[in-house]
Amino acid sequence: MYKITAKRLLAPSIYLMDVAAPRVAKSANPGQFVIVKMDEKGERIPLTICDYDKIAGTVTIVFQTVGASTKKMALLAEGDYFSDFVGPLGQPSEFIEENIEELKQKKIIFVAGGVGAAPVYPQIKWLHEHGIAADAIVGCKSKDYLLLEKEIKAVAGKLYVATDDGSYGYQGFVTDLLKDLIEKEGQKYDLVIAIGPMIMMKFITLLTKQYGIKTIVSMNPVMVDGTGMCGGCRLTVGGETRFACVDGPEFDGHLVDFDEAMRRSTQYQTEEGRAEIERQEKETGHVCNLGLGEHN
Amino acid sequence: MEIKKRVPVMEQAPEIRRTNFDEVCLGYSEAEAVEEAKRCLHCKKPLCVTQCPVSINIPDFIEHVKEREFEKAARVIAESSSLPAVCGRVCPQEIQCEGQCVLGKKGDAVAIGKLERFVADWSRENNIDLSQTLPKNGRKVAVIGAGPSGLTCAGDLAKLGYEVTIFEALHKAGGVLVYGIPEFRLPKETVVQHEVDNVKALGVKIETNVIVGRTVSVDELMQEEGFEAVFIGSGAGLPMFMNIPGENSNGVFSANEYLTRSNLMKAFKEGYDTPIKAGKKVAVVGGGNVAMDAARTALRLGAEVHIVYRRSQAELPARAEEVHHAIEEGIHFNLLCNPVEILADEKGWVKGIRCIRMELGEPDASGRRRPVEIPNSAFEIEVDTVIMALGTTPNPLISSTTRGLEANKKGCLIAAEETGKTTLEGVFAGGDAVTGAATVILAMGAGKKAAAAIAAYLKNK
Ligand SMILES: Cc1cc2nc3c(=O)[nH]c(=O)nc-3n(C[C@H](O)[C@H](O)[C@H](O)COP(=O)(O)OP(=O)(O)OC[C@H]3O[C@@H](n4cnc5c(N)ncnc54)[C@H](O)[C@@H]3O)c2cc1C
Ligand SMILES: Cc1cc2nc3c(=O)[nH]c(=O)nc-3n(C[C@H](O)[C@H](O)[C@H](O)COP(=O)(O)OP(=O)(O)OC[C@H]3O[C@@H](n4cnc5c(N)ncnc54)[C@H](O)[C@@H]3O)c2cc1C
Ligand code: SF4
Ligand code: SF4
Ligand code: FES
Ligand SMILES: [Mg+2]
Repeated sequence: MYKITAKRLLAPSIYLMDVAAPRVAKSANPGQFVIVKMDEKGERIPLTICDYDKIAGTVTIVFQTVGASTKKMALLAEGDYFSDFVGPLGQPSEFIEENIEELKQKKIIFVAGGVGAAPVYPQIKWLHEHGIAADAIVGCKSKDYLLLEKEIKAVAGKLYVATDDGSYGYQGFVTDLLKDLIEKEGQKYDLVIAIGPMIMMKFITLLTKQYGIKTIVSMNPVMVDGTGMCGGCRLTVGGETRFACVDGPEFDGHLVDFDEAMRRSTQYQTEEGRAEIERQEKETGHVCNLGLGEHN
Repeated sequence: MEIKKRVPVMEQAPEIRRTNFDEVCLGYSEAEAVEEAKRCLHCKKPLCVTQCPVSINIPDFIEHVKEREFEKAARVIAESSSLPAVCGRVCPQEIQCEGQCVLGKKGDAVAIGKLERFVADWSRENNIDLSQTLPKNGRKVAVIGAGPSGLTCAGDLAKLGYEVTIFEALHKAGGVLVYGIPEFRLPKETVVQHEVDNVKALGVKIETNVIVGRTVSVDELMQEEGFEAVFIGSGAGLPMFMNIPGENSNGVFSANEYLTRSNLMKAFKEGYDTPIKAGKKVAVVGGGNVAMDAARTALRLGAEVHIVYRRSQAELPARAEEVHHAIEEGIHFNLLCNPVEILADEKGWVKGIRCIRMELGEPDASGRRRPVEIPNSAFEIEVDTVIMALGTTPNPLISSTTRGLEANKKGCLIAAEETGKTTLEGVFAGGDAVTGAATVILAMGAGKKAAAAIAAYLKNK
């Protein structure tokens, strides 16, 4: 049993939880994820690791309620337990293996959409702890939905916020903002790391491809075991089949077949889940004003 | 009863069982078991034993059944096997023990598997305690994986006094016995859980939700957590795909995914949250136990099911009993057909499977006649779901994260057959992780041998 040691509502329908899982906390690295299960009848739900405290033995998750399971999860309170909490799963972010001095020469920008702000935080924090200030764009529907602003600000170089309704920061999609930064402000980036809804990551990669900027994305296909056993999470990357849970979840975004991935992720969609995803797509960039791809 | 014929075993009728997940075979009653036991000739040189991978003293345990000494029968089996209720149900008996029974030459072989199952079920129902454990010696051994090989190795070491912890990646112990083999062949709550509980009763700790290679490494277990030896019984869980066009269409699943959703996550039961896309018309590609299990699961979930297999019925690698049951239940067999493409509709969902007809040519390395394509014989089967049951290979997670632990080209760990010794000091391995996908009894046998070798190794250390 894995105790929920803290719970916080970060934004409407977005929750943060700290969970006591010493083994996971000890081995966790940025870019990895966990799978949680609430009880005997629950499903296995993959969630990105948003922070970890190796001394306290806790792992932080941030989730958005989209369907039956995440809604049930939102009802859990501090002091309640997950029956299962397994990880860290997947490969850590590529940069943690890289030479720090070389990494310092690179200009890195993170692009997060919606609940994606949570998983970029440990990555920016890791870089910060290694003397690297990465920039970040965080996009959301409106000011109320902005996640972890203070925390990210404390570890990022520059933080840009984009809201759909203009209630805070830049008005528009993260893709538009990134394009403006590059074209209007003359920013030069060597590496973009994009985490958010698949549709957002797709459009970011279409944009960065134009500028030839290497772009890493974090894929979230449907998963069961998370250990390479079911093949449900398979994606096509560079023309080859890869399992997101063991080969990823982070991949070179310019090689990922997003249309296939988005199609596959609808396989088990429930009505409520589908409505939520459609809503997200509307908010985070379904309008392709880049003239790069078909509308979805 | 004619001596040449075995005592028939009660089964659920095909038209009833195809609508439920209860066990197909109901097993022998006491009277039936005794009757069947009487057929055994108690051979001086029992050929049956030579074909049992763990050399159960078959004539002796059957003799006890004949005398209604069921507890004694259970003790004879326990000398060689720790999972008789499982093996009695799932061993491919027709090519093992029963395949060599002398009675089989002129009539039916003795129903060794059914008798073994009877004895095991009887001893469970009568709470017979078969464990004999030496006092704890304080020395720690880690076992990776709670499948048949790991459970057996852990149980044997615990009996010898070692402090054993099993680390299991999934949330439940049992390996393929819980996630792969369906309820209607191997009941989970009674049979499998009981075997797991037996191992726990010997003092073995089972830590679920620990993925060795991710949560903790083999090195950390040995250097930081004080385990003096490690047994790797991590199985062969990585599913293969055909790499044909359309394979990533919506509605194409590996048998592992389909079976895991149904068995481990209990998607077939009301009230469980994990969804499954059962399909209305399903093609299952493959001809082994995994294919039969996926096909019969889909049938029970309401689908019309077609097995697609590239050789003929004689070459089907599945247990004879499963093929027989599948045919009885109304599974369609499209033999000598090989899929070449999966067809999808404009939204990317499966709408059919294109196959080519095959004929059998010369025998290949496996001794089976090699299927060759018949030119211009392509045809399509209309289906909405395709399940790929093409076999599995060992997951590279442990070998790739453990320096010095070597695997061969197929990803199988290199380990000595008699001891399970790997290329790394103090690390042993067995079961599917070493052999590639094989059988429960072989995995169990490997776990036993490794337990003995680990005990010998630690004694001299
Ligand atoms: C590697 C990875 C990391 C993730 N990280 C986060 C995170 O940090 N925060 C967060 O809010 N969400 C995250 N998700 C998504 C999260 O797992 C799903 O939102 C959740 O499983 C939905 O379950 P549900 O029953 O509430 O909704 P449902 O209505 O069942 O599903 C809604 C949608 O979620 C997806 N989904 C459903 N079940 C699964 C599953 N078992 N595996 C993957 N996707 C599924 C499907 O695309 C579906 O259309 C991540 C997914 C993956 C694969
Ligand atoms: C659907 C199906 C039907 C079958 N039918 C039959 C049959 O009728 N008769 C028969 O004899 N055989 C059958 N088999 C084969 C048989 O089940 C296997 O040969 C046997 O289970 C192998 O045992 P094992 O202990 O080596 O591995 P497994 O049973 O695969 O167990 C391995 C365990 O290790 C765990 N694990 C893996 N990696 C890690 C890790 N890194 N860290 C921690 N834990 C890990 C896994 O989660 C799993 O629980 C069938 C197999 C399948 C899939
Ligand atoms: S363990 Fe398997 S092979 Fe051995 S006697 Fe039992 S059924 Fe036959
Ligand atoms: S070979 Fe057949 S008859 Fe002879 S001992 Fe074995 S089971 Fe009995
Ligand atoms: S989630 Fe099962 S293989 Fe990736
Ligand atoms: Mg769900």
